Amino acid sequence: MNTLFPTRETTADPRTDADWTGRRAFETNLRALVGRAYPRVRGLGREPSWIFFEILLPFLGTSAFVLVYRALQAPEAYVGFVVLGGAMSAFWLNVVWMMAGQLYWEKSQGNLELYFAAPMSLMAVLLGMAAGGLFMSGTRSLAILLISTALFGVQFHLTDWALAVPVFLLTMTALYGLGMMLASLFLLWGREAFHLTNLAIEPVYFISGLNFPVARLGALGAVAIATIPFAVGLDALRQLAFPGMPGLAGTPSPQVEALILVAMTVVFLVASQRLIRVIERMARSRGSLSIRWQ
Amino acid sequence: MTAQTEQLPPAIAVQGLRRVYPVKPKPVTALDGIDLEVAPGEFFGLLGPNGAGKTTLIKILTTLLLPSEGKASIFGFDVATEAAKIRRIMNMVAGGEQSGYGILTVREQLWMFSQFYGLGSREGWRRVDELLDAVGLGDQRLQRVSTLSTGQRQKMNMARGLLNDPWILFLDEPTLGLDVSAARAVREMVLAWKGAVPGRTVLLTTHYMAEADELCERIAIVDHGKILAIGTPSELKRRVQRESVLRLEVNRLDGGPAVLARLPGVVSAALAADNVEAGTGAQRVAVNLVLRDDSALTGVMAALGAAGSRVLGLRTSEPTLEDVFVELVGRGFADEADAEAVDDAATETADHDAEHHPER
Ligand SMILES: Nc1ncnc2c1ncn2[C@@H]1O[C@H](COP(=O)(O)OP(=O)(O)O)[C@@H](O)[C@H]1O
Ligand SMILES: [Mg+2]
Repeated sequence: MNTLFPTRETTADPRTDADWTGRRAFETNLRALVGRAYPRVRGLGREPSWIFFEILLPFLGTSAFVLVYRALQAPEAYVGFVVLGGAMSAFWLNVVWMMAGQLYWEKSQGNLELYFAAPMSLMAVLLGMAAGGLFMSGTRSLAILLISTALFGVQFHLTDWALAVPVFLLTMTALYGLGMMLASLFLLWGREAFHLTNLAIEPVYFISGLNFPVARLGALGAVAIATIPFAVGLDALRQLAFPGMPGLAGTPSPQVEALILVAMTVVFLVASQRLIRVIERMARSRGSLSIRWQ
Repeated sequence: MTAQTEQLPPAIAVQGLRRVYPVKPKPVTALDGIDLEVAPGEFFGLLGPNGAGKTTLIKILTTLLLPSEGKASIFGFDVATEAAKIRRIMNMVAGGEQSGYGILTVREQLWMFSQFYGLGSREGWRRVDELLDAVGLGDQRLQRVSTLSTGQRQKMNMARGLLNDPWILFLDEPTLGLDVSAARAVREMVLAWKGAVPGRTVLLTTHYMAEADELCERIAIVDHGKILAIGTPSELKRRVQRESVLRLEVNRLDGGPAVLARLPGVVSAALAADNVEAGTGAQRVAVNLVLRDDSALTGVMAALGAAGSRVLGLRTSEPTLEDVFVELVGRGFADEADAEAVDDAATETADHDAEHHPER
């Protein structure tokens, strides 16, 4: 026996070691999820520059709108709408900027191959990324919310917590489900997808009603509510945080919007799982799991 | 090999394996009919120039790539249909690997990977600390991954590859770009790890002849997707030169070289041309010996001892793997500068994307 290399328990037969119970496979996926979320959680305090980009910049954007609304003497509720939009945009930014490009980036680093070669499902990796991203953006979002609420004296009238909490959580599952699906799509499409996102980001913000109630957009707003999780989640939360305020009328009730979010979550998660399978099959037959092949 | 490992299916079994990459304008045939069997517990090497198909073969065996034709299995599990099982008992490390997240410390990064391999959380930390000591990175454990030197980085990658104590470890040019001492450290690490438990199997690719010679029990020489020769390093060398040539120096040689020439297994024995004083009475007599194989040397030594000759020096002039390669492939490894340049360009593009990433 060699003392330099301590060994783990193995049986005398690789075939036994390869024979995992369903429970062990499941636990490994769970651990992989936590493992992949870990760098996000750890990295949180290690890159101070990101605080600048992800808290200060969205906060400035929000402030600009608040000042405009005040100058125009818009109903005070609009200030609350903007602040809530700014806080929620941290998640949305995280999904479209980071999650969407994540698998592609992992591929260029050589991580993707190691992920495939590990005894876990790539879904666990995607869920881990989502969990890590959610945690990271959660802190940003909370910071933006607290700073702007204090600074602009926003009054929330949230009474229906029993609905608000699930609506928030469903917004997150729908958003990050979309992120997981985009991550898979971007991996398939490569670089072109980045240019597309760049082009789409501002228009999507606009039709999602980042800085005003989406109901003001009429038919376009309805389309946004049916297709963009950020739009529908934000509208539902606004309705719950500022019940009966002017400008909100004209969109489905928060209950209905919660159902839309459920549907989106299911669609996005199922789509990501399908896509992951397609990707693995394609990658294994084409040899496109990594950029570097030598 | 122990009694146990004899009952196992081959660690690697490959039959009629072909792999074509469907790229434009013309598909590339990376593997062109490979047959190979590696026994459990073997240290097997694939030696070949860039573009020979080594990485392609490793990718197929590690379930990352499907064969275009033919079959391959790991400990009896088919690479195409039983990938999940194979992934539980293998691991892989490549030279120049940049895996993981630069924002993590060495210890954290390895723990993260331990979770992908299904180790428990606490078991993971313990295993990481043990391995960091074993690979000589104990002092760097709390350092960020992005600050490691190339050699340290590769030691960390090796530790990653050993986290799950795989039954079979695939090493794709693991010492690529390392300085001499880091390369030696990596080689010693692999040998120590493999030697600890019977049945552990290693498949190593390299284009360093000396590395293959030093580490591998058997070697396949590959080029253009084909195996040109397969055998132990000394078998391969014998292919090029069936006899071994030795230069023997003794203090005296009563009866002259003819005494040695009569011994079994000795093809010829002659005084070397550079003997200062030709003759059997000199202080130092040099003889060129040609033996059918190395085993004849025992008889020569016994005869010398009986005749009262003292051996002052013995040098072999056996061929190196380099000679084998040149004879088989018809060229040396030197003609590859172009291929390397292409690699570098590909790496740069990949790095570029990393710039915009917070986990970098
Ligand atoms: N993903 C890929 N797409 C297209 N061609 C590839 C790919 N990977 C490798 N090749 C080509 O296949 C051949 C063998 O490559 P590889 O297996 O990387 O050889 P080695 O590892 O021995 O250098 C080379 O001609 C290489 O250019
Ligand atoms: Mg290679």
